[in-house]
Amino acid sequence: MSQAVDEIKIGGLGASRKRVEDSRFIRGKGNYTDDIVLPGMLHMEILRSPLAHARIKSIDASKAWDIPGVHLVLTGEMMASRNLAWMPTLSYDTQAVLATDKVRFQGQEVACVIADDPYIAKDACEAIVVDYEPLPVIVNPAQAVADGAPVIRDDKETQPDNVIYDWEVGDRDGTDRAFASADLVSKLELHYPRSHPSPIECCGSIADFNRATSKLTVYMTTQAPHIIRAAVAMVAELPEHMIRIISPDIGGGFGNKVPVYPGYVCSILASILLERPVKWIEDKSGNLISTGFARDVYLKGEMALRRDGKILAVRMHTDADHGAFFSDAQPSKFKIGLMHSAFAAYDVPVAHLTARGTYSNKAPGGVAYRCSFRVTEAMFFQERMVQAAAADLGMDQAEFRRMNFVPDDAFPHRTPFGFLTDSGQYAKCLEVGLKAIDYENFRAQQAEARSRGRLLGLGISTMTEPLGAGNSREYDILGIKMFDSAELKVHMTGKAIVRTGARGQGQGHETTWAQIVAHELGIPADDIVVEEGDTDTAPFGMGTYASRSTPVAGAAVAMVARKIRAKARQLAAHLLEVSEEDIEWALGRFYVRSAPDRGVTIQECAVAAYANMPDGMEPGLDATAYYDPPNLTWPFAVYIVTVEVDPDTGVWDVLNMVAVDDCGVRINPMIVEGQIMGGLTEAYAMSNMQFITFDADGNCVGSNYMDYLLPTAWETPGFELHSEVVTPCPHHPIGAKGIGECAAVGGPAAFVNAVMDAISGTGVRNVDMPLLPDRVWEAITYRRDVSGAPPVRSDD
Amino acid sequence: MYPSRFRYEAPHSAAEAIRLLAAGGDNAKVLAGGQSLVPLMKLRFAAPELVVDINNLPGLSYHRADPDGTLRIGALCRHADLERSELLARTQPTMAAAAPLIADPIVRNRGTLVGSLCHADPQGDWASVVLSLGGSVVAQGPAGRRSIPMTDFVTGPFQNLLAPDEIAVEAVIPAAQGERRGGYLKLERRVGDFATVGVAVSLETSGEVVRRAGIALTGVGGSTIAATEAAAALTGHSLTTESISAAAEAAAEAARPRTDHRGSAEYKRHMVATFVERILTRCTAEPAERAA
Repeated sequence: MSQAVDEIKIGGLGASRKRVEDSRFIRGKGNYTDDIVLPGMLHMEILRSPLAHARIKSIDASKAWDIPGVHLVLTGEMMASRNLAWMPTLSYDTQAVLATDKVRFQGQEVACVIADDPYIAKDACEAIVVDYEPLPVIVNPAQAVADGAPVIRDDKETQPDNVIYDWEVGDRDGTDRAFASADLVSKLELHYPRSHPSPIECCGSIADFNRATSKLTVYMTTQAPHIIRAAVAMVAELPEHMIRIISPDIGGGFGNKVPVYPGYVCSILASILLERPVKWIEDKSGNLISTGFARDVYLKGEMALRRDGKILAVRMHTDADHGAFFSDAQPSKFKIGLMHSAFAAYDVPVAHLTARGTYSNKAPGGVAYRCSFRVTEAMFFQERMVQAAAADLGMDQAEFRRMNFVPDDAFPHRTPFGFLTDSGQYAKCLEVGLKAIDYENFRAQQAEARSRGRLLGLGISTMTEPLGAGNSREYDILGIKMFDSAELKVHMTGKAIVRTGARGQGQGHETTWAQIVAHELGIPADDIVVEEGDTDTAPFGMGTYASRSTPVAGAAVAMVARKIRAKARQLAAHLLEVSEEDIEWALGRFYVRSAPDRGVTIQECAVAAYANMPDGMEPGLDATAYYDPPNLTWPFAVYIVTVEVDPDTGVWDVLNMVAVDDCGVRINPMIVEGQIMGGLTEAYAMSNMQFITFDADGNCVGSNYMDYLLPTAWETPGFELHSEVVTPCPHHPIGAKGIGECAAVGGPAAFVNAVMDAISGTGVRNVDMPLLPDRVWEAITYRRDVSGAPPVRSDD
Repeated sequence: MYPSRFRYEAPHSAAEAIRLLAAGGDNAKVLAGGQSLVPLMKLRFAAPELVVDINNLPGLSYHRADPDGTLRIGALCRHADLERSELLARTQPTMAAAAPLIADPIVRNRGTLVGSLCHADPQGDWASVVLSLGGSVVAQGPAGRRSIPMTDFVTGPFQNLLAPDEIAVEAVIPAAQGERRGGYLKLERRVGDFATVGVAVSLETSGEVVRRAGIALTGVGGSTIAATEAAAALTGHSLTTESISAAAEAAAEAARPRTDHRGSAEYKRHMVATFVERILTRCTAEPAERAA
């Protein structure tokens, strides 16, 4: 009784505890939206536009209504009569729920059928006759701003053209001055192609409106149930306390399940009209062609350099293609997300960013696909520009980075765009990575191989990512401040339940939140159950995306556990008959300072909270904490890849990859490693194969898994992970930083830099992703840059 | 999966299957491995009124060599059977090279070689392999069996010569004149991807002299392409750097690729030449496979 419990044994901080959620997932016992069957449930199917841009002349649904088993056919006209044809987006724009005037991208929702079963609903969709008048199509920003371009958003009176915003941040004049004094200016133009988060489970919902109670319950695939509740209250004009959003098990989100989609809205309206539960489950093509995409940003980057390698200034201009509606998921203040987190890890005195966003006849979305609001583009652009600058200076890639890193003793560091980075050991991470890849020897091998016609390359990428939005001063979504929450109830027997405002989709919250409580209270993690995703029971929170769960909700879990510990201390003083000041805490146990053998466990305190509390104390042992982080957390990573490129075919293979991630304190090292592995796999995919493109008519190339390529275990290279650098976050309660997205954010540039390094003898400065063999071959064969998104490039 | 409404039959004899097909006319489809038909039905690109599942038909899972070396592959022989076949590993270098490159392991467990030939996808791998080997397809209908050479069997993209009431029951690869050499190379962006470019090369050699050559191309035209001039450049003499180059050049010339998201026409043509050269160069370096 005199010793603290062993933290690793109880599954506390640092324990590689097996994921508790896996026991149901690997047995097929998960409970996903599509697993839920309600009595009297109907099925909804969406009719989508085959054209990218066309005026709707007429919609004839009479044949669909005639099919037995059809209960309702919803069209834009019917939605409009209820003021639901359009809905607000997360970026203060509007988005069509069902098209009324025009269709603006291929796959846009035109009508919905609600029927007895999904087969009938699909048959009935095919029976709807839509007369379209095709219009000229825009598939990239250059076309969007060209003279005489058709105006896509002619529904908006204040929209004379296709430009959504012109936005800037940084110091324009200072940057101009620095460029004027530079010895050398390095320039690079890049495209980060459009991709899709593509969770294996597509989006879906079951809306269940009960006329008798006036309560609407919606089971849905959402990463942010409370935001959805607020949005439904606004869009459907229902009272918020009569709306319950339940997010059951989610089969991956990656940012795709943050926005509100037309299918959700239509299923809700259908349930209200029919007074029966209505299930909508999207198919794979529907998910790929209509729901939140990611990236699709062009960069013009310039770096002002001093001859010795010092970066003097950075200038960036981005052109983002947002599709038909501006529905990016992002904090309100920043039009191009956190693009201006670029160069946060480098000591850059001054910088300026201009950003333009345009509409196109492509699906809307702009979601943060495994990233904190455009940080993926920012880090990719940064690391490609850094490689080009080092090459222009004739400097070693590693040395150029080392001399420009923010030094360890300079934190907190104000970045040229105004962020405040918290901590880091950048040079040390780089040293670990270079040693692991055997940098010096590789350069010798590379030279020797090249003399025999073999092309080896090495690419370095670093990243620091602003993770954990808020703080609430700067970060809100539609005005709702980006804090988060946790509620902890300790039962009489010392077991406990934790609920948070986050919503895990594979991150392992059910495992790690219990570990944080174990760390704070000494209650074994196995005695703690975690529940998320039900707005009737969970405290209000902003959901899970942008690697914000551990920085914000996880911090709230620590803080609520500390509240519990404070009350338990009072109970301990009562039980031990000493004053609170005489009590000490060892994990899981309070004891008397002067007599350490006299103590009570946290479990004994829990009993007392219900059975033996002091006079005047409120019974029970539960609490809620809302956590508004003082700052973002700033993890750092170095990724280094070596490749061999086949000059005859353009095919390239990864030889080795090392990853050095410093994400502060690791709650569950095994889960952290899993996150890094997953992120690196997506980074590899992005560099190599995974992209969505469009032909000149706006037809989506990438509408199924034969065209939209996710890598399998067969292609994915092995990764060597390093965890030896740990810089705790100075302001997070347990020193943790975000990690879920780092590798996906920082990884792509490492692969591209490696291939560019391998073919550096050709004078080629850039091949845009994906580095498909034909593009690499073209670069090598013709000694020219290969830009843009295939196959649209042939029409440029 | 929500296909259009269809009727499903699973007969236990070929005669019954043929009767059903005859009654079903143009709107009936045969289901063997289902790895092409089912995805098309899921997407509603195919909407047959009748699906005749032949998986209950007895005695079609075989692949075996006749005493003279003729190879026969039954309609229910799965890709995975061929991938693991010692017979192919020993006697059919082109087929043994192609089998592990068909789609992905899951598709290989269900899909069939004969079904792949019938599907006549210009990006299908087996059609090139069988074409390069001078193979044929055996069709069974109400009037009995007939043999259709692979050169005639495919009539266009996704079209074959089968009558509506015929089932392809067997693929046949004739015995080699001498020893077999060859290979199959495929450029794919990911496991399970269709070929950006595929090249099948099959040689039959006596000593060093090539007595018969077949070269066929996948994914670089409206249907599988037999590069006959390329093959002609190899026959009648031993493989030399010059004949290999000539064959590679002629094969690239025979290709009819289109620029798309898998690559430019120029690149695909270049890859045809590169693959022909690589397979033939490997043939000169490796010992020939003994015919059974």
